[in-house]
Amino acid sequence: MELICPAGTPAAFREALEAGADAVYCGFRDETNARNFPGLNFSREELRQSIMLARRKGVQTFVALNTFMRAGDEALWYAAADDAVALGADALIVADFGLMAYVAERYPEQRLHVSVQASASNPDAIRFLVEAFAAKRVVLPRVLTVQDIARLTRQIDCEVEVFAFGGLCVMAEGRCSLSSYATGKSPNMNGVCSPASHVRYREEEGALVSELGAYTINRFGPGEASGYPTLCKGRFDVGGTEGYAFEDPVSLDVIDEIDALKAAGVSALKIEGRQRGKAYVAEVVSSLKKALGATPAERSALVSRLRTMSEGQRTTSGAYDKRWR
Amino acid sequence: MPTLPPLLAKPVEIAPLWFVERVARAIFSSVLKAHPDLFDRLGQYKQTRYCFSPCDLPLHFRVVPAAQSLAVSRGEPPLADARIEGPLALLLGLLEGRCDADALFFSRDLSVTGDMEAMLALRNTLDDSAIDLPREFGALAGPFSPLVAAAARHIRARALEGRDAAWN
Repeated sequence: MELICPAGTPAAFREALEAGADAVYCGFRDETNARNFPGLNFSREELRQSIMLARRKGVQTFVALNTFMRAGDEALWYAAADDAVALGADALIVADFGLMAYVAERYPEQRLHVSVQASASNPDAIRFLVEAFAAKRVVLPRVLTVQDIARLTRQIDCEVEVFAFGGLCVMAEGRCSLSSYATGKSPNMNGVCSPASHVRYREEEGALVSELGAYTINRFGPGEASGYPTLCKGRFDVGGTEGYAFEDPVSLDVIDEIDALKAAGVSALKIEGRQRGKAYVAEVVSSLKKALGATPAERSALVSRLRTMSEGQRTTSGAYDKRWR
Repeated sequence: MPTLPPLLAKPVEIAPLWFVERVARAIFSSVLKAHPDLFDRLGQYKQTRYCFSPCDLPLHFRVVPAAQSLAVSRGEPPLADARIEGPLALLLGLLEGRCDADALFFSRDLSVTGDMEAMLALRNTLDDSAIDLPREFGALAGPFSPLVAAAARHIRARALEGRDAAWN
């Protein structure tokens, strides 16, 4: 299985290459991708240089254009697709059907991957995207079990990529409105989930209080590991009980499921984390690369150190190994 | 949480502020000279007043990228738009991109307040740079440059033991 690795900056890109990535995915420095954070992402020239460097090492570069086009401003997304193709991207990762149509019509030879943001999670939806836009690969949302994935791959005629490690989005991706509800901005339209412009932290008697817009997301006690200030991982008072209504602050880790995912027909494992630093990219990519070549017994030890770098300093196999109904 | 050894912390604590500031500014200038495009990624946040407060030293460092200015103070933190607090070794590790800021935030080794968008922009800007503080520090030592740089590398390795990534 291929290892698809994140890069938010050219420095992180180089780290991913050195650490053993089979492909690196990244985005332009604007709202055409779902990690549109300040100071992050690539200029056209940075992407050109990165693609050249990757080619010399036999590594592919995927460009994420995975936000939804805003009516009237489609030119921004079309230009990003034009430039990514011209710069030699090995694949474009796209969510918007309109942009998929544009790429398929203008650049029929360009490899197209369906972004997780397209929320394509059933055979009919995926078959449609393959037939209509010649999509070669689909990135599945993190809401399916390994059994679901195995059933799905048997019924579709394209490659399947799944998230293996990193941030855990538990929502129907591309359709989640929680961030938009709290801040007016969303990963789907603006490329930012819980934008930093709306985040505030304050210390209260040793506790860390995180706020998103007008909402208090969490209050971490002294020494308690913290998480991102997203509504889906907020701690709320529900029916008189305080707890995590949707999901705990926790990251995804399905290293223990690698063999099952391979048997299920998965072609590529994706590491989440374009917003993370190059130190994280280097550590996670090299650990997972080793894990892919290790025996099942050795894998846990190889990735256990990564837990301390994870949200809430904990990991879960999430829906892949679903034990609830 | 790594803290500064008393052998290093004590001289900085008792040194006159003007001297600490002079050394800090010399290193800052050396970094800027070696990385003239360091703040390009900051965009609109170049005007931000950033404050770095090492929790193991009674000092605050306020930096305004647009003005290429650095001021050192003691006592209450100075007026700033965004502030980050943590052990000096980790703050310097972040400056070099050796530590992952999110991981240190999750572990509560760092605390951040103020304009988070500006802080995120700075984090990403520094992460893309290739600052090597021992090299910059050594450059200030004239003929003793290799010796000072090697000593600084040794101190860095000890201070970040187990905290920085397996560097490629």
